[in-house]
Amino acid sequence: MHHDLILILGMMLATYSVRWVLFGFAQKIVFPEWFKIALAYVPVAVLTALFIPIVLTPNGELWLSFYNPYLISAVVAAAIAWKWKNLLLTISVGLALFLLLRFFWS
Amino acid sequence: MKLEFFLSGIRHTLPLLVSASPFGLIFGALAEPSGISWITALAMSIFVYAGASQFIAIGLLAAGAPLLVICLTTFVVNLRHLLYAAALKEAIAHLSLAWRSVLAFGITDETYAAAVSRFGDQFSHSHFHWFYLGSWLSMYLNWIAWTGIGILLGAQIPNIESWGLEFAMVVTFIGIVFPLLRSKSFWFAAVTAGVLSITCANWPYHLGLLFAASAGVTVGYGWSAVIRQKSNAAIKGGDNAS
Repeated sequence: MHHDLILILGMMLATYSVRWVLFGFAQKIVFPEWFKIALAYVPVAVLTALFIPIVLTPNGELWLSFYNPYLISAVVAAAIAWKWKNLLLTISVGLALFLLLRFFWS
Repeated sequence: MKLEFFLSGIRHTLPLLVSASPFGLIFGALAEPSGISWITALAMSIFVYAGASQFIAIGLLAAGAPLLVICLTTFVVNLRHLLYAAALKEAIAHLSLAWRSVLAFGITDETYAAAVSRFGDQFSHSHFHWFYLGSWLSMYLNWIAWTGIGILLGAQIPNIESWGLEFAMVVTFIGIVFPLLRSKSFWFAAVTAGVLSITCANWPYHLGLLFAASAGVTVGYGWSAVIRQKSNAAIKGGDNAS
């Protein structure tokens, strides 16, 4: 229990400090113009780096195959997101296709 | 007006609630097989409230990693929130410290995405914080509720954690990223980050993730800077000719 309490406190500190620092000093920190332009690339870069490994290396090794359900569903979801720019549609079709493929191919 | 924005915050977060739900469910279900008590798992969702970090933390716990390593990894994985905070801070700078401290707790990929889907690049609106509060409170309560459901179901249904429900996170991020790919520079940022996330996957403490993301931002920004310089030169050339 003692161990778990320190774990929670440590993780909380490691999370909240990062989230708080810029909001807490929001009035004192002024970013230069170039920095604001660069910020526009942050969500694209971070989220891509988070999801690509799950799609291409679901079992730890590169799996470029038609039978990789992660890859096929991700490609379809990307096409939907690109064409219709609709988050709910992308999530529901992508997830439904993934569950179907996993069911049939396993 | 405040209520209107609060509800709009919830509405724009709805699709993200759908995809965060299975994610919370697996987290709860994974607690016991990873060797942590249900109270600890629930406390993590309440006090830490960071999906990706919580998953990585229980993975490290199951592998017997020391606490310091877990906290450091949590810190690194969360550094992306610094970038979201940087993008959002102008819109909340006029609020009191108490308001800003409350809103800071709710910075997530999802609330950031909801804000982008409603406000685009310009977050400045006098009621922006009510929108934000609606988004974060709905995400927060949803996350805690599904962690609880996962804990309950995990004990009933064996192997629920191996159903591949983490794919919900993938489609969410795809749904956020692809509409943002407005020009070549954004594509370059995405491709750079994607390729490096695979090649640097084995770096310790998930530092490869941070490196891949930073490199993506650098390449995207660098390309856009080159384009801007070119178009500036073209405008100057035009002035000389006329």
